[in-house]
Amino acid sequence: MKILVPLKRVADPDNANKVKVPADGSKVDTAGLEWKANPFDEYALETALRLTEDGKAQKKRLGEIVVVTFGPKDTEATLRAALATGADRAIRVETDDDHIDGIIVAKALAKIVAEEKPDLVMLGKQQVDGDTNQVGQILAELLDWPMATFAGTVQEEDGGLLVGREVDGGQLDVRVKLPALVTVDLRVVNPTSVYSKVTDKSKFKYAEGVRFAPLPAIMKARKKPLAVKNLGDLVEDTALRVKYLRYEAPPERAAGVRVPDVDALVDKLKNEAKVL
Amino acid sequence: MGNVLVLAEVAEGKLRKTTHSAVTFARDAAAQLGGTYDILVIGAGVDGPAAEAAKLGAQKVLVADDASLENYLAETYAPTVAEVGKGYQVVVGTASPFGKDLLARVAGKLDAGYASDIVSLLPQENGKLTYKRPIYAGNAFVICQLESPVEIVSVRQSAFDPAAEGDGAAATEKVAVVGPSSALDRVSWVTFNSVKSERPELTEADVVIAGGRALKEQFYDILNPLADEFSAAIGASRAACDAGYCAPDLQIGQTGKIVAPGLYIAVGISGAIQHLAGMKSSKVIVAINKDEEAPIYQITDYGLVADLFKAVPEFTDKVKAARA
Ligand SMILES: Cc1cc2nc3c(=O)[nH]c(=O)nc-3n(C[C@H](O)[C@H](O)[C@H](O)COP(=O)(O)OP(=O)(O)OC[C@H]3O[C@@H](n4cnc5c(N)ncnc54)[C@H](O)[C@@H]3O)c2cc1C
Ligand SMILES: Nc1ncnc2c1ncn2[C@@H]1O[C@H](COP(=O)(O)O)[C@@H](O)[C@H]1O
Repeated sequence: MKILVPLKRVADPDNANKVKVPADGSKVDTAGLEWKANPFDEYALETALRLTEDGKAQKKRLGEIVVVTFGPKDTEATLRAALATGADRAIRVETDDDHIDGIIVAKALAKIVAEEKPDLVMLGKQQVDGDTNQVGQILAELLDWPMATFAGTVQEEDGGLLVGREVDGGQLDVRVKLPALVTVDLRVVNPTSVYSKVTDKSKFKYAEGVRFAPLPAIMKARKKPLAVKNLGDLVEDTALRVKYLRYEAPPERAAGVRVPDVDALVDKLKNEAKVL
Repeated sequence: MGNVLVLAEVAEGKLRKTTHSAVTFARDAAAQLGGTYDILVIGAGVDGPAAEAAKLGAQKVLVADDASLENYLAETYAPTVAEVGKGYQVVVGTASPFGKDLLARVAGKLDAGYASDIVSLLPQENGKLTYKRPIYAGNAFVICQLESPVEIVSVRQSAFDPAAEGDGAAATEKVAVVGPSSALDRVSWVTFNSVKSERPELTEADVVIAGGRALKEQFYDILNPLADEFSAAIGASRAACDAGYCAPDLQIGQTGKIVAPGLYIAVGISGAIQHLAGMKSSKVIVAINKDEEAPIYQITDYGLVADLFKAVPEFTDKVKAARA
């Protein structure tokens, strides 16, 4: 199976409360925050790796994974990290975050899909900085491919996938035939969430979470192919459909008080907050 | 002048309350545009939900009813929503899993800009609708506009009060169901494993009791009695969901459900950034955690540093007594 995995870098999401919006609202300042791969995209890559291996013999790769990102030269670090983790090839589309939106990214990806002809596109359900949640769905529509968004489980079958989607009120199972598109949710990296056809489900469990690249792989990844493309060569219409005018800081919420015991808590809720 | 189309959400033969928040947006947007709003109810056998929708002040309720729409798939719904939607300036739904899945696909079909999960509609700027949406897990907002003939919007349910039912009933009108895209040949609906709960919906409850990793297998044993006392919804942190102590759709946070109840009680939850993003607009926030340094205390009104396994049962009893 050949899988295309789009990866986006984000400002360290575990410190997102440190972003600053200057008084003129001109930007979100992420100075001091390290770049990290969007966690959902790491999960998408992990899912792609699980689908292209026998869990019990992971050294032998049974498919091809191509990773792609949109950004300036230094976003190649994100791609190299993915190559070290097990992806085979990388593509960077030269651009910057201020000049793309979900439609543009999806259109460029559609063009890359036409060139690369993957069996599967595997994305994160959402970038955790822009919190937009749309590229996968738009891309599936542009390709006229079936999609399964918010995947919590993925089981490979003959010619397709059985996907458990996390939705309101439970899990919705859908079956997609390849080529298809999947966006992943958090639970997809649980130990028994993803199985390729050749991994014996009754005998094998993954470690929780995503795998890490061993040191030698990081060295080797420097030699894996990384192609650079221009956005303008992939998309004709690069006019933004979503225009960001300015930014605002959220209202502060002040910390309240500590109560010494349960009685004090009940008293506060009853007599001060008046919610009892 | 411009008109607005609301995408209604139907579950188990009823109109979901998510719809009412989108209607509130539509009413305001239509007023700004000097137009009206219609509601599209789509599914199989949806006369019931259409009748409910007719009470929500719309000009018309459009009904796309067909046996092929019995089980939701974006591939079967999107063509009809796009076909109907292209006659409007704005198509709006709610940012529930249904809305997020479908509206983005509709945006792709219409080559339209899509503003997801907006928290308010601002006064127009330069004669254009202007939206505010949270980014960076709610640590910043962006003010944005959409540059396409049709604008696609999803609203954050907790940020828009549900529209109330009125006395009148809007006219209903059948609309043609557009055949599905060819993608449909390669996707099939298999089954829905529903996790039934008698409790109020998380996004609609006045009181939410949320549990974290600390509860372990006793998640429900500890929380149920307290939730009963408040007629509350039960929610959870990611860690509790991942560990299987409760269902994934109880997850509150940046990447789960966003809630803003009158009272939020966090039990054994540390208060990671991603969790806070989903609950920090709650009116009164209480936390019970044994670690006095837990970040959750940075936003709580009342913090109790205690072992939850002792404190929660005691709290439950004393709430009961205080109300008696
Ligand atoms: C991409 C991504 C998205 C995410 N999205 C979300 C999201 O939407 N929602 C979400 O919640 N998280 C989300 N997370 C996870 C988040 O970062 C935290 O890991 C998670 O919220 C932690 O859950 P927790 O507070 O239950 O567990 P922990 O952080 O382990 O906290 C457990 C707490 O319980 C306390 N405790 C332990 N024993 C007791 C006791 N006996 N009595 C009282 N207190 C006790 C501890 O002091 C501790 O504070 C996301 C993470 C990523 C990477
Ligand atoms: N700039 C980008 N570069 C690479 N992948 C992206 C980019 N933007 C979005 N994606 C992909 O689309 C997914 C959903 O993002 P979004 O719809 O923007 O929230 C992400 O998890 C990525 O897989």
